[in-house]
Amino acid sequence: MATKQEPAGGPARPADMQLADLATGTLARVVSVSSADAAAPLELGRRLAELGFLPGEAVRIVARGLMTRAPIAVRIGTGTFALRLFEAACIRVCPEQPLLG
Amino acid sequence: MEALPVVHPSPLVALVGNPNCGKTALFNVLTGSRQKVANYAGVTVERKEGSLLTPSGRRVRILDLPGAYSLDPLTPDEQVTADVLLGRRTGETTPDFVVCVTDATNLRQNLRLVLSLARLGLPMVVALNMTDIARRKGIVINAERLAALLGVPVVETVGVKASGASALIKVLDSLAIPAQSQRKAVWRTPSAADIAHDQTEVRRILGAVGGDRLDGVTLSDKVDAVVLHPLFGPLILAAILFLVFQAVFAWAQVPMDAIKNGVGALGVWLGTVLPASLLKDLLVNGVLAGVGSVLVFLPQIIILFFFILLLEDSGYLPRAAFLLDRVMGSVGLSGRAFIPLLSSFACAIPGIMATRTIQNPRDRLATIMIAPLMTCSARLPVYALIIGAFIPRRAVWGGLQLQGIVLFVLYIAGVVSAMGVAFVLKRSGSLARFQSLMLELPAYHWPNLRNLAIGLWQRVEIFLSRVGTIILALMVILWALSSFPAPPPGATGPAIQYSIAGHLGAWLAVLFAPIGFNWQISIALVPGLAAREVAVGALGTVYALSATGADMSGALTPLIAQSWSLPTALSLLAWYVFAPQCLSTLATVKRETNSWRYPIIMAAYLFALAYAGSWITYRVALALTS
Repeated sequence: MATKQEPAGGPARPADMQLADLATGTLARVVSVSSADAAAPLELGRRLAELGFLPGEAVRIVARGLMTRAPIAVRIGTGTFALRLFEAACIRVCPEQPLLG
Repeated sequence: MEALPVVHPSPLVALVGNPNCGKTALFNVLTGSRQKVANYAGVTVERKEGSLLTPSGRRVRILDLPGAYSLDPLTPDEQVTADVLLGRRTGETTPDFVVCVTDATNLRQNLRLVLSLARLGLPMVVALNMTDIARRKGIVINAERLAALLGVPVVETVGVKASGASALIKVLDSLAIPAQSQRKAVWRTPSAADIAHDQTEVRRILGAVGGDRLDGVTLSDKVDAVVLHPLFGPLILAAILFLVFQAVFAWAQVPMDAIKNGVGALGVWLGTVLPASLLKDLLVNGVLAGVGSVLVFLPQIIILFFFILLLEDSGYLPRAAFLLDRVMGSVGLSGRAFIPLLSSFACAIPGIMATRTIQNPRDRLATIMIAPLMTCSARLPVYALIIGAFIPRRAVWGGLQLQGIVLFVLYIAGVVSAMGVAFVLKRSGSLARFQSLMLELPAYHWPNLRNLAIGLWQRVEIFLSRVGTIILALMVILWALSSFPAPPPGATGPAIQYSIAGHLGAWLAVLFAPIGFNWQISIALVPGLAAREVAVGALGTVYALSATGADMSGALTPLIAQSWSLPTALSLLAWYVFAPQCLSTLATVKRETNSWRYPIIMAAYLFALAYAGSWITYRVALALTS
């Protein structure tokens, strides 16, 4: 499968977070891509990987929607994609500069 | 059974690439206007083929395959691309050669498809497209190194320059086409290891050839900071939509009048030169009047598609979809649905044609189904007639015109009911629970006039061919229904009353009595199936008026004001908000969905809505006025 599964209940890296929780404009690296919701289509994780959402790639939120701050526009590598929140929920990231506090 | 391979003298070259890599611009440069646009058999994916004559006199057929991120298809577009490349699509020849078009400014993403194609083993060349923009951004890619690493030729191209494809044409000119039997394209879904391997490979290649600049803020980012801004973004969008709306209605008026007058003058001229006969009646009242009533929308279609193509080419369209995604998503539609729905205010036909930009088939179908609920401009003459006759001209609530308010309410009723229908579709599970957005927001660039002109011409061609075929046929049928049988000698009523349409109307009058329609309205609704505004003319015929055009409306107003009750008038207005009275729209739905199922479902649900809406309106109005 194209997705990388994190061990359930395993130790999370300190700065590991959901992509959607990343502050707009903050540079981060993709940690893992997996179908978060069991009901989400299986091909979702694979397609995200095909678009370039792969562990280690640079990622940054460019813009957010007005209401409920969704969807989000995400820069991955040199491309930009608009993602709905259930799509972004598949992606965990680690900010480049560790957040203070 | 294996079909014999078709021997074709000119080789077939397929253009493949990610969406937004400038593939279509390159296709336009290669083939110019020598293009054929059709649909792939059985699906509503556009098929574009063109031909190129190389300097040495070789004829090459070029197929512009739909943009794809992967050969593991998610959308019908990608399915077509994968099937054609793998030789799985019936009726399509497997391409002899593949040109993999890449965006030189976004090679990191594009290279993954290149690697997949290379694994397929099809003979191919990689086109590094948009090298002009890449250079301006300071991205220099070593094409020779890239060719050596990939093991296939690599050429630089600029899709927006007339001479931008010369290197590619040179390759196509000297191409040695291997026999089809010598190669076998075998595809297997990549494993996690394959994807990880490709990622390493992409990084290695980018490291070797250059071209990987993940620099912070680009010019597009600066534009996006305003365009996608939570406050300014929607304001800019509203301003653009307002401009488009204005243009479609205001700028189109002069050419529309010209077409109307031209068709009218032609009819008068034909009327004087032809002897009175059935043929003359068919030509003037059937063909000319009928086709003219649809042709009159051509200026609006041109203006509308000019804006759509402009917004698409510049990269704004996906941003608009981004901004509207939340609103549209709340009723289960894709953000991309807004352009087709907006277009439908002019006419549902271009609106339904514009749903081709929605990739997800279910989203596309939902958008097609609700498009006729947007109040199209053909309804305006009918609204104007009834409002003029029944709604008093007076100011209410501090200067607002009552007539204007009623018109506005009619528009809003259409939008609200469309949202309601979409919501019901979503609830009933007809729409997927997880509707993907995953929409690429490409870098902005200036629209290219040449591409704009070619795109516009293709839309016009599609529209005109439809007018010339199915719509023409429908008009002739409706004319026949309204003309035969001829009234018996000594008949006193209008001729239409004795025709099949007249009998149909009399029968419909029974059906429509509960919603307050008299037999005159019921008869007028039959030819009104051709185009909504034809009903105005038909009412005139039924009331035996000899006036035509604008005079007709003027003469009708006092007549219907006298003979209809207010509840009847309001009921007819409600009917027009919903009723599927335009056969051309249904014909377009049939064309776009390749099935009779959806136009039939559409007609049924719209009739049900119209009947219910009119019934409620009539009963409430009766109760209030009595």
